[in-house]
Amino acid sequence: MTVAALPEQNKLVTRKSRWMSLTRLWKRNPAIILGIILVTAIIFLAIFGPSLVPYDPIAQNYKVRLQPPSSQFIFGTDKFGRDIFSRIMTGFRIDLQIGIVCVIFPFIFGIFIGLISGYYGGFLDNLLMRIVDISVSFPFYVLVIAILAILGRGVLNMYVALIMVGWIAYAKIIRGEVLVAKNMEYVLAARALGYSNGRILLNHLLPNIISPAIIFAMSDVIMCIMEGSSLGFLGLGVQAPAPEWGVMIADGREFITQAPWLSIFPGLAIALVGISFSMLGDGLSSLLRPTDR
Amino acid sequence: MGDLLRVENLKTYFKTQNGVIKAVDDVSFSVTQGEVLGLVGESGSGKSMTCRSIMRLIAHPGKIVSGKIWFQGEDILSWPMNRLVNYRGAQVSMILQEPMTALNPVQTVGLQIEETIIQHERISKNSARDRSIELFRKVGIPAPERRIKEYPHQFSGGMRQRVMIAIALACRPKVLLADEPTTALDVTIQDQIIRLVEALQDEMGMSVVWVTHDLGVVAQLCDRVAVMYAGHIMELADVIELFENSRHPYTRGLLESIPSGETREVQKLIPIQGQPPDLCNLPAGCPFIPRCRYSDKSCTSADLTLREVKPGHLSACKRFEEIWN
Repeated sequence: MTVAALPEQNKLVTRKSRWMSLTRLWKRNPAIILGIILVTAIIFLAIFGPSLVPYDPIAQNYKVRLQPPSSQFIFGTDKFGRDIFSRIMTGFRIDLQIGIVCVIFPFIFGIFIGLISGYYGGFLDNLLMRIVDISVSFPFYVLVIAILAILGRGVLNMYVALIMVGWIAYAKIIRGEVLVAKNMEYVLAARALGYSNGRILLNHLLPNIISPAIIFAMSDVIMCIMEGSSLGFLGLGVQAPAPEWGVMIADGREFITQAPWLSIFPGLAIALVGISFSMLGDGLSSLLRPTDR
Repeated sequence: MGDLLRVENLKTYFKTQNGVIKAVDDVSFSVTQGEVLGLVGESGSGKSMTCRSIMRLIAHPGKIVSGKIWFQGEDILSWPMNRLVNYRGAQVSMILQEPMTALNPVQTVGLQIEETIIQHERISKNSARDRSIELFRKVGIPAPERRIKEYPHQFSGGMRQRVMIAIALACRPKVLLADEPTTALDVTIQDQIIRLVEALQDEMGMSVVWVTHDLGVVAQLCDRVAVMYAGHIMELADVIELFENSRHPYTRGLLESIPSGETREVQKLIPIQGQPPDLCNLPAGCPFIPRCRYSDKSCTSADLTLREVKPGHLSACKRFEEIWN
C-alpha cells in the first residue's frame, strides 16, 4: 500500500464510525439520548417558557375561577382564575433553577470534602465526618428551617440553606467510594510512578468513583425541587404569587375533589422533570463505565 | 561504592492491635548497575514490603523504623516528599503483581503511559504519543497505534502486564522493581514476560530487583539471589552458587521441594514442614527453628547477621559450618 493512500482511507473510516457510534449508542444506551432530548427541552422551556404563555400567570380574574380544562384554558384555572398552563410554563424557570442551583453547589463542595476526607484520612477525616454526623443527626427540614430562621425567609436564603445541608450526601458517597478505590492497585501504581496526590485524586480516583454521585445528583434535582416546594408551602422559600409547582399543588389540595386539575398538572410537570433527569443520570452512569460502552 | 542501590539495615514495622509486625527486619543488600537480583521467599516474608520501602510507599500503619536506602550515593529516606516525585517512576519504577487492577479502568492505556512521560519529562503531547507507540511495539503489543486508544478491560492479563512494563520503562529508570509480575499469569505468558524483561534489561542496561516465590524464574533470570524468611534475609549468593552450594537449611528446603524434571525416575519431593511463622510473635533467635531439621538449642540464641561462607556468599545460619563441613 502506498503511503499517500493511507490518510484518505483513515478519514473515511472516522466519518463512518462516527455515524455508526451514534446508532450504536441509541441501541445500547437509549436512556442517554432520551435524557438529553428531554432535559434540553426542559431547559428550553425554562428559558423561553415565560414568554410563550397565553395569559399573565399572576393576574387574577374572578370571572373564570376554577374552570376545568377547555379549549380556552387547556389546563383549567385556579381559585383566583389564573391560567394553570401559563403558570406551569412560567414555573419551569423557577423550579429548574431550584433544582440546578441546589444540586451543583453541593455536588462540587461535597465531592471536594469527600475526596479529601477519604484520601488523607486521619484527623482531618475525623473532624469532617463528625461535622457530617452532627448534620445528619438533625431531621432534614428541622435543620433547613433552623437555618432559614436565622437567615430570614426568601428565595436566596432558601438556596443557602439547601446548599448548606445538601453537600453532606455527596461527601458521604464520595468518601465511601474513595476508601475502597484508594486501596486499588492502580492508585499504588500511580504513586509508584511519582504522581502527586492532587493528580491522583483528580485524574485517577475521581473519574472512577464519580458515577454514583452523578446518579444521585440527577435524582437530587427532583428532591431539591420537592424541598423547594415544601419550603414554599411553608412560606419560607418562594413567595406567594410566584408560580412554583409545589406551591400550586399545595394550593390545589382544598379543591382536590371538585377541581383535581389544580394539582394534577403541576404534579405531572414535576414528574416530567424527574423522569428526564433520572434518564440522563442512568445514561451518564453507564457511559462513564468504559466496560459498558 | 559502585552500588546503584544499597539497602542497609532496613526495618519496616507495622503497628497493629495485635502488636508490632516486623515485615522487614534488618535487611541489607545491594544491586549494582545492570544486575538482576532475585528476592525469593514465601508469602509474608517481606519481599513486597522491601520493594515498597525502596519506593517509600509504605502506608499507615506501616513505617520505616530505621535503616538507610542509598540510591546513587544518596539516602532516599532523608529526602523530602517533593523530591520523591522525580525519583519514583523516573529513577526507580515498579511493576505490580496484579495486572488486572493496576491500570486505571476509566482511562485509555495510551493516556496513562503518556501521562507518565509528560510527568517526568519536558515533552510535547505528540512526541509523548509517538514514544508510547514505540514502547508498546517494544514490549510486543501488536498494532500499537490502535491498541493505544483502548481501555484496560480490552486487554488480556498478559497484555496488561506488557502495558504495565511499558509504563514502568517509559522514562528509562535505572532500577526496575518487579513485584511478582508473573504470579497472576499463566505459565506460557509468564515465560514471554520474563524473556521480554530480560531483553529490555539487556538493551537498556538497567538493574532489576525481581521479587518472586518461583525458584525456576530465579534460575532463568537472576544474577544473584536473596532468600527471605520472616522479614530477614536468610541467604544471599550468586544464582549458581545458591543452587549448587546452598548453605542454609531454608534454601535447601526450597530447592528440595521443586521437581527437577531431569530424570524419568519417580522423584520424591521433600516439602518444608509446618507453616510460616506468625510475624507478631516470632520465636527467640532464628525464626526458622520450628521448621528446621538441623536446629538445636544454640539456635534460640542465634542472631541473624549474615556470615560469609565465601566471598559473595552470605548465610544467616550460624551452624552452616557444622552442618555441611
